Amino acid sequence: MPDNALPSAIICLPFVASVVVFLLRGRGRSHNLAAWLMTATALLGLLLSLWLYPAIAAGNVLRQVIPWVPGLGLDLVLRVDGFSWLFMLLICGIGTLVGLYARYYMSPDDPLARFFALLLAFMGSMLGIVMSGNVIQLVFFWEMTSLFSFLLIGYWHRGPPARDGARMALIVTSGGGLCLFAGVLLLGHVVGSYDLDVILAAGDMVRAHALYTPTLLLILLGAFTKSAQFPFHFWLPQAMSAPTPVSAYLHSATMVKAGVFLLVRFWPVLGGTDQWFWIVGGVGLVTLILGAYSAMFEQDLKGVLAYSTISHLGLITMLVGLGSALGVVAAIFHIVNHATFKASLFMAAGAVDHEAGTRDLRKLGGLRRFMPVTATLALIAGAAMAGVPLLNGFLSKEMFFAETLATRQGPLLDMISVVIAVAASAFGVTYSIRFVRGVFFGRVPASLPREPHEPPLWMRFPIGFLALACLLVGMLPARVIGPSLRAAASSVLGAGQLPDYSLAVWHGVTTPLLMSIFAFVAGCLLYVRLRGYVAGREVAPLTGRLSGKRIFERVLAVLAADIPRWIERRYPSRRLQSQLLWIVLLALLAGGLAATSAPFGFHPRWSSVDPAFALLWLLGAACAIGAASQAKFHRLAALVLTGGAGLVSCVSFVWLSAPDLAATQLLVEVVTTILILLGMRWLPKRIEGLAPESRMHRFRRRRDGLIAIVVGLGVASLAYAAMMHPVADSISRFFLERAYTEGGGRNVVNVILVDFRGFDTLGEISVLAIVALTVFGLLRRFRPAAESINVPLQQRRQVVPDAGEASRAVDHSLTDYLMIPGLIIQLMFPVILLFGLHLFLRGHDLPGGGFVAGITVAVGLILLYMARGARWVEAHLRVLPVRWIGAGLLLAVSTGLASLAFGRPFLTSYFRYAELPVLGKLPLASAVLFDLGVFSVVVGATVLLLIALAHQSLRRPRQLADAPAAAGGQG
Amino acid sequence: MELVLAAAIGILAASGVWLLLRPRTFQVIIGLTLISYAVNLFIFSIGGLRTGADPVLRDAAGDIAQYADPLPQALVLTAIVIGFATTALFLVVLLTSRGLTGNDHVDGEDGTP
Repeated sequence: MPDNALPSAIICLPFVASVVVFLLRGRGRSHNLAAWLMTATALLGLLLSLWLYPAIAAGNVLRQVIPWVPGLGLDLVLRVDGFSWLFMLLICGIGTLVGLYARYYMSPDDPLARFFALLLAFMGSMLGIVMSGNVIQLVFFWEMTSLFSFLLIGYWHRGPPARDGARMALIVTSGGGLCLFAGVLLLGHVVGSYDLDVILAAGDMVRAHALYTPTLLLILLGAFTKSAQFPFHFWLPQAMSAPTPVSAYLHSATMVKAGVFLLVRFWPVLGGTDQWFWIVGGVGLVTLILGAYSAMFEQDLKGVLAYSTISHLGLITMLVGLGSALGVVAAIFHIVNHATFKASLFMAAGAVDHEAGTRDLRKLGGLRRFMPVTATLALIAGAAMAGVPLLNGFLSKEMFFAETLATRQGPLLDMISVVIAVAASAFGVTYSIRFVRGVFFGRVPASLPREPHEPPLWMRFPIGFLALACLLVGMLPARVIGPSLRAAASSVLGAGQLPDYSLAVWHGVTTPLLMSIFAFVAGCLLYVRLRGYVAGREVAPLTGRLSGKRIFERVLAVLAADIPRWIERRYPSRRLQSQLLWIVLLALLAGGLAATSAPFGFHPRWSSVDPAFALLWLLGAACAIGAASQAKFHRLAALVLTGGAGLVSCVSFVWLSAPDLAATQLLVEVVTTILILLGMRWLPKRIEGLAPESRMHRFRRRRDGLIAIVVGLGVASLAYAAMMHPVADSISRFFLERAYTEGGGRNVVNVILVDFRGFDTLGEISVLAIVALTVFGLLRRFRPAAESINVPLQQRRQVVPDAGEASRAVDHSLTDYLMIPGLIIQLMFPVILLFGLHLFLRGHDLPGGGFVAGITVAVGLILLYMARGARWVEAHLRVLPVRWIGAGLLLAVSTGLASLAFGRPFLTSYFRYAELPVLGKLPLASAVLFDLGVFSVVVGATVLLLIALAHQSLRRPRQLADAPAAAGGQG
Repeated sequence: MELVLAAAIGILAASGVWLLLRPRTFQVIIGLTLISYAVNLFIFSIGGLRTGADPVLRDAAGDIAQYADPLPQALVLTAIVIGFATTALFLVVLLTSRGLTGNDHVDGEDGTP
């Protein structure tokens, strides 16, 4: 059945078009193309949706399931029933008109490709909400609409109001979206499925469940924030800084309707309880009256429409909250009606703004003389908003009145809801008159910002089309909207459950009609009474002071600034020293807790102590303690002592049958020492005994000493316990058994690194590469401290003999001094390289490998730098460490990828022994290629680190440009 | 054997932690180096200490009783290299901070020795 593929086509269309529009940006006349693409896409979506009508009218539910993670109940499910179909018509239909309108409204100077791309993406997300057959998917699209609405409201991002409004809308709606997500997860937990059909069928179970109330509250928070219900209504007026087409689309027909869509959608599941009635009905009632009241006092055209939208959304919410089936029918009807008249009013307001240059009601008037067509159309749409008979707004308002009369919750409450409904309706009449009369009738103000005239035809067309829709629905409701409404309502209420309702224009003289007439008359009188009073006011009386916006900003300031600042003040997060202290203490605590819960015995075996080993570590311990005590005033000594401790641990590795580790440790030791030596030159001098030691400092030293001793004891006993613990059957057996047979190498450690756990090694060399590049980047902007800039005393002494003699260049003494070591190292350099190659080649079978070989080569290079000076080396040898790194990473990754070509997983290795001339029998495993990549990265990264640091010594301060600086490496 | 190594690890860790808590950047970098020695030895020793075991396979497949445990070795080899990388990074951060703040206090402000 082709109908089943249509939904996915409809939902993909806008996203594809969005990407296309975005890619076409910047081309000549691309704004025209973008606008037409938007209009055409929406129109196509509309036509495709209409194509679905026969299936929908027959009461079918179209489902299309694209499995994703079926095990978790996560599938992409597209589901179209009558209600979502009606929404699809709204989204695509009004999308078409908005596309057309925006083409003429937006200035070609704006980046229009971005605008239309965002609008299209928004349209797709909105379609996603209504077509989701899986509730998690629904939340996903829900958040996407929040995000795109943020980008659209903030489209003119240079103005602070746009940014603030966009941010507020984003925070409120996406915060609500998070609540909705939690609610939906709870709902899925209760029902046992995230599938909408399953959930819709499980209403009784959900309502009886203990988690019903939290689920309801969370889902309602989502709906209320999206639909701008009290107390979250304040974001909508702020969002009016969006371009008018955005308001016409998002804030009349789509975005804000998502909330009421959700309410209606979940009405069969969550509705009908007391909680639902009180919360939804109550919030709707308050929003209804508050929005209508505030709209009366608003001076901004779009502000009037925004508050009016809030009020109408409140009306819809209240209808759903009342809980009767008829209420749901009326709510769906009003969703459509409100979308049509409000979209056309927004567009009319945009046209006025566009032509007259202002949206301030106080500055406008009499525009009907300049733009009679727009005035007529706005009059029709405004009348629909006020609920004048023969227009669509009247019909749903009648239904609303009938519903408020029908509820039975005790005389007082009935009374209140009826009174508020009539009052809100009267306010609606007042602000509608104010809107239409204030703009199009009355005197023409002396100074309009611009000379107004009729907007272009295609800008009037969408307004006219919607106004016509208002008229047609208002006069021939049963024929125009009847079947669609029936399909939508029955899909929500269930096929046989549709209540009796009549879409006739004239029902005779009924109470709702009398209420309407009363509201109309009261509204007119109120307008006359309030005219002068409103003109001079900025904010509405009573509620104007209690601005949701201000509260929101205050809360935001507290949450985002005050509390973090308080925490920052309380917790010394700027001080590394105290943070380290906390980390050590917490680690100690964690270790201590673990030790108490898993006690281990202490059974020393003195007999096994090898005196030589003990002596070795006596030396090691002395070195460590010495380094600790000397690190402050005697840095060089501390560094030498640290190296001593490192050497001792290196010897221990040899002792304990780990030659690979010993080699690596030894070489890393060398490189680290050189690195620190290079850096030490930039540290400030520190002379013992200059600053008197205060009591505070003595206390700290003692405290830290105590902590260190406790840590040492803890670590030692932990290590001892771990060593004495019998080793359970570890995976080492696996490696030992397979290293040769499957990895082709006898050096198991190397095989693990480059083969079995090759992926880890890939990550590791990536880290190394990142570190090297970071260091390189940091040092490029390195600015030494003022007192370290001068050439150090030792270097100045070296050049003293040169300065006196004219025949000698400044560096000569140094060159002489290093002549013999330099020559030796120069001659040794190829030997070191060969040794590195040897280490590399034998790595698979004997101790060695890419890491060790890489560091060896790097050490050879740096020795050359030290002995010959950076300038000499760079004049004779081109070392491009960044290329080494790049080539190495590339080689390692492509070796891994090559196995994919053979249908094996990433980094699967292949090996075979080959007989080569001269070199003899060699293992030609693909892992060797990978190891070559490792080698290359290690060489590149190490050399880059060392050279970058060594080059700092070559910098000559400007004022000392003639003074010599020793070659790199003399740091 | 185990006792000596455990004591050694303890002393290395204690010296390292003491230095870690000092206010000068150079002390901290030396402290980190010492701590990394301690940690490397610790990880290495978890598999149990073996003297005179074969590190390289003689036959096609090896038995755990005969050979040194390769797993902690592979782990420590990685740890050594990463330790080097972090030391290098920290050294440069140290130097940059020294250039920016004009002193070598870890918190960037002088006042406490």
